[in-house]
Amino acid sequence: MFFDSFSDFLAMGGHGFYVWLAYAIAVAIIIYNVVSPLLRKKQFIEQHKRRLKREQRLAERQAAVESGEQS
Amino acid sequence: MAKSWKMPTWFYRLGSPRWSFEIMGKLLPWFAIGAVVLMVWGAIWGLAFAPADYQQGNSFRIIYIHVPAAILAQSCYLLMAVAGAISLIWKMKVADMVAKSCAPIGATLALLALATGAIWGKPTWGTWWVWDARLTSMLILLFLYIGVYTLHSAIENEITAGKAGAVLSLVGVVNIPIIKYSVEWWNTLHQTSTFTMTERPAMPPEMYLPLLLMVIGFYCFFAVVLMLRTRAEILEREKRSGWVRELVEAS
Repeated sequence: MFFDSFSDFLAMGGHGFYVWLAYAIAVAIIIYNVVSPLLRKKQFIEQHKRRLKREQRLAERQAAVESGEQS
Repeated sequence: MAKSWKMPTWFYRLGSPRWSFEIMGKLLPWFAIGAVVLMVWGAIWGLAFAPADYQQGNSFRIIYIHVPAAILAQSCYLLMAVAGAISLIWKMKVADMVAKSCAPIGATLALLALATGAIWGKPTWGTWWVWDARLTSMLILLFLYIGVYTLHSAIENEITAGKAGAVLSLVGVVNIPIIKYSVEWWNTLHQTSTFTMTERPAMPPEMYLPLLLMVIGFYCFFAVVLMLRTRAEILEREKRSGWVRELVEAS
């Protein structure tokens, strides 16, 4: 360990603000890059599921109307 | 008669969105483990155990983010241009999706390199920003990413959007050697490369080993987020195909 105490570690010899700000931005950018495609995929699957169900219902109704016309 | 030249089979298989989606799903966890282990290890080593720089003190610890971000921003650009060229030449859909996915990731990496550079510059050079060759060419890289991203998202037709994005990325490749050699060609505040292929780093091992871990860790992280984005893109573009329907209904 390079530092003598935890408060020394946080202070970074007076450069704490710069060091921790840089690392905080890095963490934010890493999290954004991981979370945004995961959310996008989740959203797509939910939307697409609803779309497929709606199409299925429409097809069933269509089939029911057509069989009604025949009888 | 000229013999027709063919690319190897795996190259054509990469062209199948479904195959690419599945292989990326299998590779993802391994790269994720690599990224987490290397980046956590490298960051703890670099922040708490590496010695301080004799001139810059502890502000030098920003290097463990700044250098990997800058390297990755350029590697990502080259990949985007190569993928763009492949999609132009072979009309490969997956290559176009990879190129499109590179743009937003590369933009955030270039932004990270610029932001950490500015934060590092303040205590070291006494200023957040100077208009010198290295910083300016890096800013141009960020604008190129934003341009490619905008082309991909603003043009309705996917094929036209892909072509426009690929052409802009290929033209912008000229900026990459400018970034690399800017510190040698012009007088600049920016120091020269930490790592070169031919020489040993000027730093002691306890300073450059954590940096090496961070660089490899950032490559793994980049692989992870690129695969995540490309997989989301594949699903959206292939939503009419049977396998996506099955996957969505099963989830």
